[in-house]
Amino acid sequence: MSSATGIGVPLRRKEDKRFLTGRGNYVADMKLAGMVQAVFVRSPHAHALIKGIDTASVMGMDGVVAVLTGEDLATDGVGGIPCGWGITGKGGVAMKEPPHPAMAQGKVRHAGEAVAMVMAETLEQAREAAEALVVDYDPLPAAVGVLDAMHSSAPQLFDDVPGNLCYDWDVGNERATDAAFAKAAHISSISLVNNRLIPNAMEPRAAIGEFNPGTGDYTLWTTSQNPHVIKLLMGNFVLNIPQHKLRVVAPDVGGGFGVKSFHYPEETLVTWASSKIRRPVKWVCERSEGFLSDAHARDHVTTAELALDEDGKFLGLRVKTVANMGAYLSTFGPNIPSNLYGLLLAGVYTTPVIYCEVKAVFTNTLPVDAYRGAGRPEATFVLERLVDIAATEMGIAKDEIRRRNIIPKEAYPYQTPVIMEYDSGDPAGCLDKALEAADWAGFADRKAASAAEGKLRGIGLCTYIEACGLAPSRIAGRLGARAGLYESAAIRVHPTGDISVFTGSHTHGQGHETTFAQIVSEQLGVPVDKIDIVHGDTAKVQFGMGTYASRSLAVGGVALAKAGDKIIAKGKKIAAHMLEASESDIEFGGGEFRVAGTDRAKSFAEIALAAYVPHDYPLEVMEPGLEEQAFYDPVNFTFPGGAHIAEVEIDPETGVVDLVAYTAVDDVGTVINPLVVDGQIHGGIAQGVGQALFENCVYDDESGQLLSGSFMDYCMPRADDLPRMTVATHITACAHNALGVKGCGEVGTIGSPATVMNAVVDALAHLGVTHVDMPASPNRIWRIIHNAQSAMAAE
Amino acid sequence: MKDFVYHRPSSLDEATGLLAGAEDAKLLAGGMTLLPTMKQRLAMPSDIIDISGLSGLSGITVTADSVEIGAATKHAAVASSAEVQAVIPALAKLAGGIGDPQVRNRGTMGGSVANSDPAADYPAAVLGLGATIVTDRRSIDADSFFTGLFETALEEDEIITKIVFPIPEAAAYVKFPSPASRYALVGVFVAKTKGGLRVAVTGAGPCAFRATDFETALAKEFSPTALAGVTVPADGLNADIHADAEYRAHLVGVTARRAVAEIANGGAA
Repeated sequence: MSSATGIGVPLRRKEDKRFLTGRGNYVADMKLAGMVQAVFVRSPHAHALIKGIDTASVMGMDGVVAVLTGEDLATDGVGGIPCGWGITGKGGVAMKEPPHPAMAQGKVRHAGEAVAMVMAETLEQAREAAEALVVDYDPLPAAVGVLDAMHSSAPQLFDDVPGNLCYDWDVGNERATDAAFAKAAHISSISLVNNRLIPNAMEPRAAIGEFNPGTGDYTLWTTSQNPHVIKLLMGNFVLNIPQHKLRVVAPDVGGGFGVKSFHYPEETLVTWASSKIRRPVKWVCERSEGFLSDAHARDHVTTAELALDEDGKFLGLRVKTVANMGAYLSTFGPNIPSNLYGLLLAGVYTTPVIYCEVKAVFTNTLPVDAYRGAGRPEATFVLERLVDIAATEMGIAKDEIRRRNIIPKEAYPYQTPVIMEYDSGDPAGCLDKALEAADWAGFADRKAASAAEGKLRGIGLCTYIEACGLAPSRIAGRLGARAGLYESAAIRVHPTGDISVFTGSHTHGQGHETTFAQIVSEQLGVPVDKIDIVHGDTAKVQFGMGTYASRSLAVGGVALAKAGDKIIAKGKKIAAHMLEASESDIEFGGGEFRVAGTDRAKSFAEIALAAYVPHDYPLEVMEPGLEEQAFYDPVNFTFPGGAHIAEVEIDPETGVVDLVAYTAVDDVGTVINPLVVDGQIHGGIAQGVGQALFENCVYDDESGQLLSGSFMDYCMPRADDLPRMTVATHITACAHNALGVKGCGEVGTIGSPATVMNAVVDALAHLGVTHVDMPASPNRIWRIIHNAQSAMAAE
Repeated sequence: MKDFVYHRPSSLDEATGLLAGAEDAKLLAGGMTLLPTMKQRLAMPSDIIDISGLSGLSGITVTADSVEIGAATKHAAVASSAEVQAVIPALAKLAGGIGDPQVRNRGTMGGSVANSDPAADYPAAVLGLGATIVTDRRSIDADSFFTGLFETALEEDEIITKIVFPIPEAAAYVKFPSPASRYALVGVFVAKTKGGLRVAVTGAGPCAFRATDFETALAKEFSPTALAGVTVPADGLNADIHADAEYRAHLVGVTARRAVAEIANGGAA
């Protein structure tokens, strides 16, 4: 089976024509008859009691249609925003899961929390009224920093959550790990902060709710990565709308990065409000409002230790992390610093014993949840920084210490001490290829050349693995998932042989409309211009668990291949009848059903026509039509991985870090479209570099006000911050799915923060620097250099 | 954005009359600061007086010893002016480094200077070159123009008409941009003028100021090494999440040395 537009072909993306010519259709573009505009009144305080909201005073203002508050939600019996994961901590203690009302009820717990919803005929009128609305607050002290929030004297967010502790979770074997440390020849340790991030998709969130009083049907248009999950969560757990009366549509969506995969209060609110006022309700988030209402990311404080023998072999790893949950549990929030973090701490190494403890803590800040990489960049950062420290302390080269500990290719499948069983991989192969591509051996010359220009050059290496393709439902269920994690696909072959594909995955920049078509093209021998990918509308697509955690191809793509298998199987039956041959003699390839060993064949289009015009058709044994559906639940996660190398040049006078070279060799499994994979890896690296060098969410420690509340202060990476990257693949096929695919959406973001920071530390190593927290901002780097020079001068 | 009354006067006199007569009027030239603050409802003027179309407020005139630039002249025009590039290349380079192409094609010199944003570029050039700010009623020396954070010597209803820059013997501007906004975290303008050596700093303090210790050191010996050990005090400098005051003070030294080096190497005249 092959096709000119099949697997492995670097096709340009089909969807780009409409995006580049302004023909996309985003939620903010939509106008419905009778639609009102909603504006949310958000808390200016991080923590305060609400003494009163004077809604009556603004009801008479021009154009105002309705003003709703948290009390109205309570009156209507609207449920809280549910969490999709339930984490069980040490001793079987369930995580604390306090209520999360869609608008504050009695108390606000973070700056930006919605306290009222104003709807008016025009956006300006809604803004006027929202500004005029008087909310009487009684401010409370705020618990802002994650360590501060754990103190016994810290302000408590919820009466029944002592110490603001959501859960105290662990994984691995504590006793065996202690024993490994007891016999270690060397122990290396690190204390680090994984900086909090504010994800920013190009398109801010938006939502429109519409209720049809005639039919009782609800429709929600929303900027979501997984409309079916929103339909299930919001319909069933929040608004009590029967599933057959609720449609959720996520049309063109301009980027998600995980942050649009959660169920947000605003989605519930516009849907609920539309039924109250019996008019469609539209809300479009402004950029600055997004900073105060989108979930944030990362935000860990960690200490970790690595035990080694005298040869630098890893004997054990011990990690203690405090993770910020923010004020409420977002959809995947509690799963990120537990399962997606602790279970990845083996990395690509043979470390025999690991013990990891994670305390998740509520604070008066935005909820923290998944963002590209989600837990795995944090795990990689801890491990790969620690490995570098151990290498330096033991006098072993950084590539060599990794080689001594890497899981050999022939050891797969490999059971780690932290639950995961890696199915395939060749980290040593990735490492060798990356070292070669980056000219690791020639670094000394480049460092000398930089030194001649007064610059400090450093090189950093990271070998990493991640788990994606979430997930085997059975394992995920044991880990706390409250939903299945399969994916569905349907292939509708039209009578002409043209194809509509219905997938539960959602594309918001990934290019599925091209790559998924390539999978079908490869399998059925139909060119991609005869294949359309339909997604994002629960009224069109059977079901789906959505796109996040690099699961679209590894789960959704494989579901598609399974549906394709069913099409071929049925096609063979039809062909056997038409060609008067035995079904077992029919082979399919190159778009033709052929009697093996003969020139008797029917084209795919002829079989499709016969299925819908069944004049000569085995109607006694088979239904007409050619449309098949498949649900696919994988047996394991997929484990992409790779080796990344960065080179930086630091200006010691200003502290500016210039990323001058980046090499990534990744094992993403089978590549469907190399252009798309390169783009995913470029973008992923850019986001990881953003965390390493630029991005930092800063709250005022006392007041809980967001100080990095706009692009004036929150530093996004720009194109001119990045070098031309060298990206390559080193493929081992996934051993447990039909396509051999692993996923590529997050690898760049997972490998790059540790890689870049290892390079930064390397550049400063001569000053005695062993660790630098992210971001490596000019001020921070200058301060480190300045202090080190002052200390040296004093000696 | 709140509703306001929009005026498009046809003369400077009409504009000043409107400005004096309205309850809370604002002049609109490029609108690069005013419009975003209005959108955020931080500014809610009753009246907008659009002077961007007034004849005589735009344009560049080069004389034997000065460059006169109309207040409504866009940054892009200054950046691309062959005449400015020929006589004060540092000024053209500064203008070409303001914001992005959209900003440079809307924003005006007068608007920027009148706003006295602590992180704006033009104030460094105005002060560094010892320019004269000409208004509808008088001329103001650069040295007495910038009085504080978003504050100038301008009266409430006073309108800048042009700025006159003396042509220096040599000048250079070096900016250290904020990583996030790319406004000047610190910018230093160094100029050898007929009136002496001038070093002006933007970004670091509440408004642009002259680094007199730097000027004294450079007057003795014009070289980067002459500035070794010369600093501005960190006290009173701006501090934010991107740069503490001590770092800003340090950057003033670094950028000043680089500007001096640029002149010494003939990189800018």
